Amino acid sequence: MTRGEIKNVILEIIADIDEDADMADLNPDEPLRDQLDLDSMDFLDIVMELRKRYKLQIPEADYPELATLTSCINYLEPKLKAL
Amino acid sequence: MVYQSIEKAKDSYDVIVVGSGLGGLTVSNRLARAGHRVLLLEHHHRLGGLATWFKRKNHIFDVSLHGFPYGMVKTCRKYWNEAIKNSIVQLKHIVFDNPQFSLTTTFDRQDFTRILQEKFGISGTVIDDFFVTVRKMNFYDDLAMSTRELFEEFFPGRTDVHRLLMEPITYANGSTLDDPAITYGIVFSNFMDKGVFTFQGGTDHLIGMMRDELEANGVTICTNSKVERIVIEKGRVKGVMVDDRVISAPCVISNSGITNTVDSLAGREAFPEDFLDAFDKVKINNSSCQVYMGIKPGESFPDVGDLLFTSTAPNFDSLEMRDMKTKSRTFSIYYPQTRPANPDYTVVASMNGNYDDWAALSDEEYQAAKQEMIERSLVDLERYIPDIRSKIDWLEAATPKTFSRYTLHTKGASFGTKFPGLDISRKIFKVVPGLFHVGSVGIIMSGWLGAINYGVIVANDADAFLRS
Ligand SMILES: Cc1cc2nc3c(=O)[nH]c(=O)nc-3n(C[C@H](O)[C@H](O)[C@H](O)COP(=O)(O)OP(=O)(O)OC[C@H]3O[C@@H](n4cnc5c(N)ncnc54)[C@H](O)[C@@H]3O)c2cc1C
Repeated sequence: MTRGEIKNVILEIIADIDEDADMADLNPDEPLRDQLDLDSMDFLDIVMELRKRYKLQIPEADYPELATLTSCINYLEPKLKAL
Repeated sequence: MVYQSIEKAKDSYDVIVVGSGLGGLTVSNRLARAGHRVLLLEHHHRLGGLATWFKRKNHIFDVSLHGFPYGMVKTCRKYWNEAIKNSIVQLKHIVFDNPQFSLTTTFDRQDFTRILQEKFGISGTVIDDFFVTVRKMNFYDDLAMSTRELFEEFFPGRTDVHRLLMEPITYANGSTLDDPAITYGIVFSNFMDKGVFTFQGGTDHLIGMMRDELEANGVTICTNSKVERIVIEKGRVKGVMVDDRVISAPCVISNSGITNTVDSLAGREAFPEDFLDAFDKVKINNSSCQVYMGIKPGESFPDVGDLLFTSTAPNFDSLEMRDMKTKSRTFSIYYPQTRPANPDYTVVASMNGNYDDWAALSDEEYQAAKQEMIERSLVDLERYIPDIRSKIDWLEAATPKTFSRYTLHTKGASFGTKFPGLDISRKIFKVVPGLFHVGSVGIIMSGWLGAINYGVIVANDADAFLRS
């Protein structure tokens, strides 16, 4: 997957979790939590959805890597490269 | 409700969930939606665990539907469905009445700020600081500070303020001033977010909607099915023993209490010594007593509030609140709008309780003690509804022994364990691969919202295990 495709996947998963999320003026380098009112349960949902879709195991210790849109893409890029 | 009998269960599943409390129901739903084959086994004849109800005459009594935080709206939408979410309504009329103060509130941050300023004379900055401090608390924060110390820091010597802030939480999860401040901060902030909420339609309606959702997602449900044993071979989970047969699964999630899960279902021999050392230090929470009152058809009474925190004890004292003869009880008043399809008035008085006090009584003493508790509850309720006695056509009491019988929980624990139980529950699968625990633990993972959210957290752990 390309960085652009990964970005779309993440935005799609977030839209499923929070139907009111306004992604139009999302700053990719600011924490998603602050901009979209996501809580720790929402991040768990993202992790579980990524595992379901791509068999991707994200250990708890790596959860901080999912803080911003850019850090998500950086973290996922090598893992989803082959797909 | 008709469920499949255990004879019809297949010989193997991906996951077996033992117990259908809100934690067990939610973990089942999440894992089924993630594509796993799930078998849910419940010893009682109905689903829900403590989230339960019973019928007497034309009345339906709700056991644990007294109020939950607004967070349930988001949680039910994400992990259950829209219909369940849409049944959530606010309880706007919360009453406190004790020798230190009497007041009415919507039980949210804004109204508490007003009350603390106007009635208790606390400065706005102190109140804001307090709210900001508790809001920021996380379960991985420092445990050193107790709730007592937290209150003394912000409201030194103000036992009246301590009572206002603590009493509802002691009813909600059995915690005391000596429990870690973070457990208080997390639960209190959840409530203060927007107030207290309930399910329109009652517990029976909710559990019915959950059952439909589980069936739509392909969960096999068997009630009247008590799991005798979780089968563990060579340190790994193999399945469960139920109805004299073994049903196999690489993953078993116990919604039975953590003490039952380790001591009886898995058996202590399955665990290493250091785990057992930590486990043996975990203290379980107190149990409950309740008095159920049904009002004759055609009778009514005016709105006296939805939830009344009442006490004639001079001060807040969590020990006094667990005493058999406690002077402190909450009244949950259910008006006809609780179940628009089956309008009725009922009242449930709830008290905290110690299992050992009640278990020590002879049969005769036990019956007499129940009668005395009913009488004390009526005398207290007469202060708010003077002619209540003449309107009642059903009176019944439940004690810690009742809760123990229906849920099988050790000593009828109503709210799982004290905080250290959470760590035991979270790491059990690291000690015995395939074995998970879900359900009230650690104070913060109890109550309806806590149990459902914990179901989601454990579903994520179990899903990771199943896909590894
Ligand atoms: C009197 C009272 C009032 C309450 N009021 C409120 C309230 O107003 N708001 C709120 O948020 N919370 C309230 N609570 C707390 C809340 O009800 C519980 O925290 C929550 O429902 C617990 O869910 P759980 O997942 O831990 O499972 P539980 O409800 O404890 O259920 C466990 C299930 O496992 C089953 N089980 C156990 N062993 C076996 C076995 N071997 N085989 C098969 N099945 C087994 C039991 O039968 C039971 O169904 C109240 C609790 C009590 C007791």
